[in-house]
Amino acid sequence: MTAPTLTPAPVAPAAPQPGRRVRRRQENLAGYVFLSPWLLGLLGITAIPMLISLYLSFTDYSPLIPLTEANWIGLENYRRMFTADQSYWHAVQVTITFALVAVPLKLASALAVALLLNRTMRGISVFRGLFYLPSLLGGSVALAIVWVSMFNRDGAFNSFLAIFGIEGLPWVNDPDWALSTLILLAVWQFGAPMVIFLAGLKQVPVELYEAASVDGASPWRKFVHITLPMLSPVIFFNLVLETINGFQGFTSAFVLSNGTGGPVDSTLMYSLNLYIAGFVDLNMGYASAMAWVFLLVIGAITVLLFNTGRFWVHYSDNEER
Amino acid sequence: MRFPFRLVALLLILAVVLYPLVWMVGTSFKSPQEIVNNIGLIPREFTPGNFADGWTKFDINFGRFFLNSALVSLLTVAGNTISCLLAAYAFGRLRFRLRGIWFGLMIGTLLLPGHVLIIPQYILFRSLGWVGGDWPYLPLLLPQFLATEAFFVFLMVQFMRGIPRELDEAAVIDGASSYSIFRHVILPLSRPALVTTAIFSFIWTWNDFFRQLVFLSDLKDYTAPVALTLFIDSGSENAVGPMFAMSLLSLVPVFLFFVAFQRLLVEGINTSGLKG
Repeated sequence: MTAPTLTPAPVAPAAPQPGRRVRRRQENLAGYVFLSPWLLGLLGITAIPMLISLYLSFTDYSPLIPLTEANWIGLENYRRMFTADQSYWHAVQVTITFALVAVPLKLASALAVALLLNRTMRGISVFRGLFYLPSLLGGSVALAIVWVSMFNRDGAFNSFLAIFGIEGLPWVNDPDWALSTLILLAVWQFGAPMVIFLAGLKQVPVELYEAASVDGASPWRKFVHITLPMLSPVIFFNLVLETINGFQGFTSAFVLSNGTGGPVDSTLMYSLNLYIAGFVDLNMGYASAMAWVFLLVIGAITVLLFNTGRFWVHYSDNEER
Repeated sequence: MRFPFRLVALLLILAVVLYPLVWMVGTSFKSPQEIVNNIGLIPREFTPGNFADGWTKFDINFGRFFLNSALVSLLTVAGNTISCLLAAYAFGRLRFRLRGIWFGLMIGTLLLPGHVLIIPQYILFRSLGWVGGDWPYLPLLLPQFLATEAFFVFLMVQFMRGIPRELDEAAVIDGASSYSIFRHVILPLSRPALVTTAIFSFIWTWNDFFRQLVFLSDLKDYTAPVALTLFIDSGSENAVGPMFAMSLLSLVPVFLFFVAFQRLLVEGINTSGLKG
């Protein structure tokens, strides 16, 4: 009676070493099991909302009415945005100014400090950590509050100026200066790109500098002809990251203006304008149209950066990227 | 001896960089009069009363707001580490149909600005009764349990590339299924990536404002950043001290993380960014 119980074993497909095709099928299934939370998220949190948002951008939807009662108004939202809404263009201008000034200043500071730190010297890691600290704290509401107080009429910055007999302005309440204080707050957080620059600098072969020294190159020439080209992939990486972040600035502008984009719309960043349209004016159709234009512009800028990158980013291993 | 130019330059820059933080600490201990007329770093007399005033400034005390923030941040950590690790294992180790397409979409969502999704997500969650209802944090947490933070998925995929394939192959020969390879090989070896993900999830969520501002509507559900903006509304001179005190308190957890994991934080961002 032992034979029947033994016979199934050799033919059983679930034996310790399943065949190749079975293994493949199992792996395919396992792949989708492990991926299922992500797939649900892609569908429910990203893809479907994106489509809803696209649809809403052609309607006059407001959260006060049911979604089904939103009127289809075609391209009206887009027409209004591009031709009739002054504050929209103002927000675009504020955002571009912010990104064009803050990103280069931040990257330049990051690179300059990274060059100063790129030495074997005691205490370097302490410096590195402390310079990095603002990048951890700077995006918070708490720090934005402190920053705004610092540039008030009787804030710390003006008392510093007073030492030199300069009478300060109420910077955060002055439409000509408010955005500059936000730019300064962004630049203050140079630590994150600095750390990435430092790692990049460590990769530059010392022999290149030695050879240049033998040829009598000045420090400036070494910087321009060795450091910058060797660092260009890292500069590029930081540039893409910081530009995309720069365009999305929200918290500091919200705190400075108490959610209004003031004084006189001078800190009306694009995302703040979008927030006001959607959640204050409850004009969600219009805000969705803004969101889509934003998405397309960010996409275009990324593509543009990658295309211009081909002309100045130097990969030493000639690898296709 | 040469003048230590480099060191002096670094110290000067450091002074400028740290000044706002030191000033913040000093100001939160100043009395209302001193806040107006002593703009120096150190208060003439220490006024810890700002902390008590700030704590009880609103109808609900700040302890609740900090607890809310901690709850949201810790659950986000749980959600991100678990769901992103599962997705990363699939992308990094398993062969399945359409893998390339899904991976491409995941990379695509890396650069997707959150603002594009916030309005339809708001409509969706509100229609489910999750905004201001009994489950106020679901809109903040559900996406985190569904691996929508592509940055962490990407970080873990990159990390898993460094785990030798031979380990999986040996396990396969021993008859291990994909599940037990995950459990016994990948999970234990992924600890460094999980720790990095956990720390950054915590800090980013603790500091996050935009989503919390949009999805939280009842005062009792407010997280610390949203509650802090109430001080700006109240606007009076007397509120500055308490506002600084609460701002300072809200930065303490992040600062403690910085002290405890400095190396990991500084190097974590770096390796995840550079290897590509």
